[in-house]
Amino acid sequence: MSKARTSLSRTALVHAALIAYTLVAVFPVFLTIINSMKNRNAIFRNPMQLPTPSTFDLVGYQTVLGQGDFALYFQNSLIVTVVSIALVLLFGAMAAFALSEYRFRGNTLMGLYLALGIMIPIRLGTVAILQGMVATGLVNTLTALILVYTAQGLPLAVFILSEFMRTVSDDLKNAGRIDGLSEYSIFFRLVLPLVRPAMATVAVFTMIPIWNDLWFPLILAPSEATKTVTLGSQIFIGQFVTNWNAVLAALSLAILPVLVLYLAFSRQLIRGITSGAVK
Amino acid sequence: MALSAFGGGSSNERQQRAETMTDATVSEAELQVERRPRRWHIAVFLLPALVVYSAVMILPLFETLRLSFFNTVDGQSTFVGLRNFQTLFGDARWAADFWNALKNNFFFFVIHMLVQNPIGIALAALLSIPRLRGAAFYRTAIFLPTLLSFVIVGFIWKLILSPIWGVSPYLMDLVGLKSLFAPWLGKPNSALIAVSLISVWQYVGIPMMLIYAALLNIPEEVIEAAECDGVTGWAQFFKIKLPLILPAIGIISILTFVGNFNAFDLVYTVQGALAGPDGSTDILGTLLYRTFFGFQLQLGDRSMGATIATVMFLIILAGVSLYLFVIQRRIRRYQF
Repeated sequence: MSKARTSLSRTALVHAALIAYTLVAVFPVFLTIINSMKNRNAIFRNPMQLPTPSTFDLVGYQTVLGQGDFALYFQNSLIVTVVSIALVLLFGAMAAFALSEYRFRGNTLMGLYLALGIMIPIRLGTVAILQGMVATGLVNTLTALILVYTAQGLPLAVFILSEFMRTVSDDLKNAGRIDGLSEYSIFFRLVLPLVRPAMATVAVFTMIPIWNDLWFPLILAPSEATKTVTLGSQIFIGQFVTNWNAVLAALSLAILPVLVLYLAFSRQLIRGITSGAVK
Repeated sequence: MALSAFGGGSSNERQQRAETMTDATVSEAELQVERRPRRWHIAVFLLPALVVYSAVMILPLFETLRLSFFNTVDGQSTFVGLRNFQTLFGDARWAADFWNALKNNFFFFVIHMLVQNPIGIALAALLSIPRLRGAAFYRTAIFLPTLLSFVIVGFIWKLILSPIWGVSPYLMDLVGLKSLFAPWLGKPNSALIAVSLISVWQYVGIPMMLIYAALLNIPEEVIEAAECDGVTGWAQFFKIKLPLILPAIGIISILTFVGNFNAFDLVYTVQGALAGPDGSTDILGTLLYRTFFGFQLQLGDRSMGATIATVMFLIILAGVSLYLFVIQRRIRRYQF
C-alpha cells in the first residue's frame, strides 16, 4: 500500500466527511427520541438537551398508549408482513426451482414474464386491483393486502432465487433421484435447505417495502380493524399535530421496532445487499 | 359490468394458462427418447406463483390500461378512444394540474440525480478505502433512514423544519446563517426542493450500498497496476474506478427513475393529498390519488385515474426501455 493512500491528514479528512454525513443521517432520529421523553417546556426551550431528571416526562407515551389502538395496528402489520413473506418465499422458490431445474417449452418466456414486475410498479394497477377486491369482497381485509404484497414480492424473489438455485449441484439432485426421491422431496428436502442464505436476503428485501407501505393500506384496507402500523401512525399523528409530546412519542414508538430489528440484523442485511444485488 | 368482466377474465386466464402448461409438458415428453411420464410437477411448482402474480399484478395492470380508453357517458361505460388523454393533456380543468405534476415530478427526479446519486457515490468511495476504521459503523448509521417508513421520515422533518420548534434556526445560528432560515415547506418556491431533499436524505443509502458493492468487486490487481503507474487519489477514482462502476451507476439511475415517477407516500405525509402549498409539490402519484379517490369537494373519477396511471406506466416503460436497449448496451463492461 502506498504512502499516499494512508497518510494521516487524508485519513482524518475521510473520517471528518463520514462523521459529518453520519450526523446528518442519524441526528433527526436521535432528536426525536430524546425530545419524546421531555416535558413540553423543555421540548421548546432546549430541544438539543438530553432529558434531565427535572425535564424527564413520559406524558407523550401515556397519551399515545391510552388513545390509539397501537397493539392492534402492530398485530395487523405483523400478520400481513409475515404471511406475505412466507408466501413470497414458498411460491417464489417453487417457481424459481421450476425455471432453473427443468427445461420445458416456454421456459425463457416464463422467466421474462415473471421478471416484468421487477421494473413495473404494481401501484399502477391500483384502479383495477381495487375493483377486483371490491368484486371479490376482499376490501378491508388483511387478505387483500397479503395478496397484493405477495404479487409485488414475487418477481424479485424468483429472479434472485433462480440465480442461486442454478448453483446447487446436479449430482446431489441426481443422487436423490436414484435413491427414489420424488421431485417434490428433492425440492423441499435437498434444494431448499441449501438456498437458505438467499432466502434470508429475499426476506429482508421483501419485508422493508411491505412494512413501510402506506398506499395499499390507505386504499384497500383503511378500516379501523385492518389498519397497519404505518397507516395508523399516519392518521394518529395527523390528529395530534398540536400535541408535541404525543407526536414525538408516537414517532419514537414507530421507530423503535425498526431500529431494534435493524441493529440485530444489519450485518445480514448489508451482506445481502452487497453480495446479491449487483453482479 | 366491468367488475364481473374482471373476475371472469382472471379465471379464464388461469384455465388457459394451465392448459398451455400441460400442452408444453406433453409435447416435451413426446420429444424425449426415454418417454418420460407427463411432468406434472413443473406445473405444480409454477402454478401458485403464476396465479397470484397474474391475477393480482399483470391482469389489473392491463385492465387499468384498458379502462383508460373508457369513460362514463350517460351512466354507461363507453369506449371513448383517446378522448381521456385529450382531456388530460388539453382540457382547461385537467391540463394545468397534469402538466404541473409532470413538471414537478421531473424536477423531483433531477434533484435526486444531482444530489442523491453523487452523494451516494462519494460516500461509497470513502467507505471502500481499504482498512478504513469504523467502516461498518458508518455504513450501518448512514443506511438507517432508508429503513424508516415515509410516515416517520415525513413527520420528523416536518417538525425539524417547523418554525415553531426552532431547531433549524438554532442549528443555522451555530454556523452564522440564521438569517437565511425560512419556513421552506410552506413556501411555494422552496417546498418542492425541501421535499426532494428529504427524500434524498432518506434514500441515499441505496446508491451508497450498490456502488459500494461494485467498488468492492474491482480486483486489487487493477488498483495495484494503477498505483505502479503513479495513478492515485482523485485521478485513480475518476480514471480507473469510475469507468468500472458505470454499470452500477446505470442501475441506480434507473431505480431512481422508477422510484421517483411512482412516488407518493412522502409528499402525502409531508404536504397532504393536496400537495400544497398551492400544488407546488404535486407529483404524478398524488395527482393519481386525488383523481381516483377524490378529495374534499372533488369526486373520485375512475376513468381519469386509469388514464393518469397509464401515462405513468408509459413514462416508466419509456425510461426502462431507454435503459435496457440504449444505455445498458452502450456501457462498456469489464470482465475480471
